[in-house]
Order: sequence, then C-alpha cells, then structure tokens
Amino acid sequence: MMPDLGRYAVEVMAAYIGSLVMLAGLVGWVWWRTLRTRRALEEIEARARRR
Amino acid sequence: MNAILIRDLRLAFRAGGGFGLGLGFFLILAVLVPLGVGPAPQVLAVIAPGILWVGALLACLLSLDRIFALDHEDGSLDLLATAPVPLEGVVAVKALAHWLVTGLPLVLAAPVLGVLLNLPAPAYGWLVLSLLLGTPALSVIGAFGAALTVGLKRGGLLMSLLVLPLYVPTLVFGAEVVTRGAAGLSIATPLALLAGITAGSAALLPFAAALALRINLR
Amino acid sequence: MTSPAKPASLWEYANPVRFMRLSDWLLPVTAVAAAVLTGIGLVWGFFFTPDDFRQGSTVKIVFLHVPAALMAINAWIMMLVASLIWLIRRHHVSALAAKAAAPVGAVMTVIALYTGAVWGQPIWGTWWVWDPRLTSFLILFLFYLGYIALWSAIEDADTAADLTAVLCLVGSVFALLSRYAAFFWTQGLHQGASLSLQPGTRMDWAYKAPLYIAMVGFGLIFVALLLAGTRAEIRARRMKALVARERMQG
Repeated sequence: MMPDLGRYAVEVMAAYIGSLVMLAGLVGWVWWRTLRTRRALEEIEARARRR
Repeated sequence: MNAILIRDLRLAFRAGGGFGLGLGFFLILAVLVPLGVGPAPQVLAVIAPGILWVGALLACLLSLDRIFALDHEDGSLDLLATAPVPLEGVVAVKALAHWLVTGLPLVLAAPVLGVLLNLPAPAYGWLVLSLLLGTPALSVIGAFGAALTVGLKRGGLLMSLLVLPLYVPTLVFGAEVVTRGAAGLSIATPLALLAGITAGSAALLPFAAALALRINLR
Repeated sequence: MTSPAKPASLWEYANPVRFMRLSDWLLPVTAVAAAVLTGIGLVWGFFFTPDDFRQGSTVKIVFLHVPAALMAINAWIMMLVASLIWLIRRHHVSALAAKAAAPVGAVMTVIALYTGAVWGQPIWGTWWVWDPRLTSFLILFLFYLGYIALWSAIEDADTAADLTAVLCLVGSVFALLSRYAAFFWTQGLHQGASLSLQPGTRMDWAYKAPLYIAMVGFGLIFVALLLAGTRAEIRARRMKALVARERMQG
C-alpha cells in the first residue's frame, strides 16, 4: 500500500505529517472557539431569559 | 500649520524631548556591529550599506511613539482634531517635524558612521542621497503606525510589529542604492523607486493616518 | 411575524442573524466537501502519482505547497475585500469575517513556507534561501502577525475593526511593494508558477488533476474555517453585548 518514496522518504513524510498537524491544529482551534463561545452564549442567554 | 511645526520642534529640542536619542542609538549600533562580526575591513565594507540602513530604520522607529502619544495624553490631540486645520495636514506636519528631529540628523551622521564601517569611498554620496530620499518615508509610515496605536497602553512594541513590515520596500531600495553605488553599478532604478515610495507615502499615508486618528479619538 | 422574505441581494447576508441561518447549513456542507476533496487530492497525490524524473518523490510535496500558498494569498485578498466592505458599508459580519480569516491565512503561509523548506533541503540543498518568492511569503507572514496583533490589542470591537481594516488596506499596498522589491532585490531559485502555460514547463495531467482537486479542497477548508470562525466571532460579539446589558441593568 505504502508507495516507495525512495531516498526522499523522510522529506515527503515530514512535509505531509507536519502540514496535516498544522491543519489539524487550526481546525481544532476554530472548533474549540466555536464550542466555547456557543456554551458561554447559551449560558448568558439562559440567564437573560430568567430575569 | 507653521505653529504646529515650530511647537513640535521646540518640544523635541527641550530637555527630555528626546532629540539625539535616535542619533545615539545609531552610533551605538554602528559600534556594536563590528564588535559582533569582527573587524575584517572587507567584511564590513560588504555589510556597511545594509547596517547603516537598518540602523537608520531602527533609530527612526525608536522615537515614533512620541509623534502622537504626548499630544494624546495631554489632550492637545483632541484640540488639533477639532481645530480648523485639516487633520491630514496636522499629520503631515508632525511627520515632517519627526523627520527634521530624527531623520535629518541620521542622514548627516551616516557618512561619519560609514567611516567606522569601512564603507567604500564611491558609496558615500549615494548613502547620503538615499537616506535623504528614504528617511522621509520612514517618518510618514511611522506616523501612520503611531496613529494606529495611539490609544493603546503598551503600543510601542505592537507599533514596531506593525511598522517594520511596512518599512521593507524602503529598506530594500535604499540599501540597494548604496550597495550598487559602492560597486559602481547603475543606481537609477532603485533610486527612482525609493523616491517614488517616499512621494507616494507622503502623499497618501497622511490620509490613512488621519483616518486612524479620527477612529482612535472617537 | 411571518417568515422573512427571500433575501433580495447578497447584502442581506451581512445581517448577522441571516448569516447565522445561512451558515447553519452551509458550514457542514463546505466542511464535508472540504474534507472529502482535500482527502482525495492528498491521497491521490501521495499514493498514486509517479515520481518526477528529477525531483523523485519530493514532487508529492507540491500537492500541499501550492494549495497552501494559493490560500495564503487569497486569504489576504479576502481580508482586503472584507475590510473595504466594512469601511464602506459598515456590515459587522464583514469585519468579523476578516478577523476570522487572518489566523487561517497565517497558518496557510506557515504551511507553504514549511513544505517549501522541507522540499528545498534535498532539491536545492538548503532549507532556506533569500529567494524573492520565499522572502515575500515571509513578509506576508509578518503582515498577518501585525494584523492579528492589532486585532487582539484593542478593546473596543468597532475601533478594532476600523483600525485593522485601515491597516489591511495600507498593508496590502506595502505587501505588493515588498513583493516587487523582493523580486528586484535578488534573483531566485524558485521556479515560476507551476501551472503556467509556458511550453516545456507544463505539468503533466497525472500531477495536475490531484493538484487541482487539492487546491479546491484547500479553498473549501478556508471557506469552512472562515464560516466557523465568523460564527464564533458573532457569538462572542453578542455575548459581549448581553454581558454589557446585564451590567447596565445592575
């Protein structure tokens, strides 16, 4: 399954893994912000309704 | 307008006004670089144009926050904003005052520091000319950066981060003029581009800076 | 209240409520499409492309490098357009979208620089050269940093939006000038645009097909992250307003 990357295997793997980690980090950060703001907003809106 | 210019100049030359600080910084940098890279004359001759330009740029950066910060603190900036003179003109005059206090001394001191850095003889004229044409752009761009960050408490470091990337074209073309001058190559293109950047910045950036000031004073 | 009429123009989506409603379904769609297309493009590129006769298997890095570089520039252009819309038409969504785009663009710039360095090490024999394209990307990264720093430094949301918009406009001009300056300043090692139509340098379809798919995939990643980020910013803004109102009521 794994293609033969020849003598540049380390570079190609490093490029793919590093880039995917960075993308995953970015997605994770946006996701985390989404969850955090949504939860906080729901809390505040619930508090506002109770008044 | 003239009154603002004279007032700014007088403030700068007064004790504690900061005149000469940039110059002192420029001198120290020109001393530190040979101490860091070693005294080999041929190495210094190669890097001298770049060091002198980077030094001028950093020395200019040091005093930028003075352009508006003091006036903002004592409220005179609000007065200037509501005064009958256009704010764009105020910005331009303040940038001019900054250049007269910081940029012009740097231009005059640069040849002396060129000696310390073993700048090749044919480059001196181009060094002075390129700084003379380029440093006004540094002041105007800096005034824009200062206008963006005028209301902030820790604006100084942020302003460096904002302003330094904007200095890139000026630095590249300015240092290129000197490097080419030192090598005896044609300097017409970078010199024209340098002058173009200064003219364009001086014409347009006061408007952007005044816009930023109005936003900050809202 | 009857259900709101069909929006007459694109501008209606500038209304935060409408934007939230639109992105409610648009975000999952683009997110799935982005994942699928990027997955196809990268898997195809990684597993099913032949080695180049000169670059060997490093040619596979192009499927990350080119899309990331493309989005690094496009993200800034999008921020420029959004900033202009904010300054001229005062649509809050526009300002918040520009804010949300900046970190995405910055990461894309880093990916482009990183993949370029990893590729350059075996092929050019160096991680980094002061090549005009590399240099202008590094400078672009500095502009992203400054933009993000200015956003986070200013308390008042509208002031921050205004000032960052002005910075984005001025920065765009200087970023272009810097790019020109970098090309003037040094001759590069970097090849010209890989997809240019010059004869002889044209890429084979075996590479082009996965590359185009990856480019669309990265574009959709940007759109999805932009939508998600803007939604988070809108929520954060609304939260601030509610908290302020609570304080007012005591």
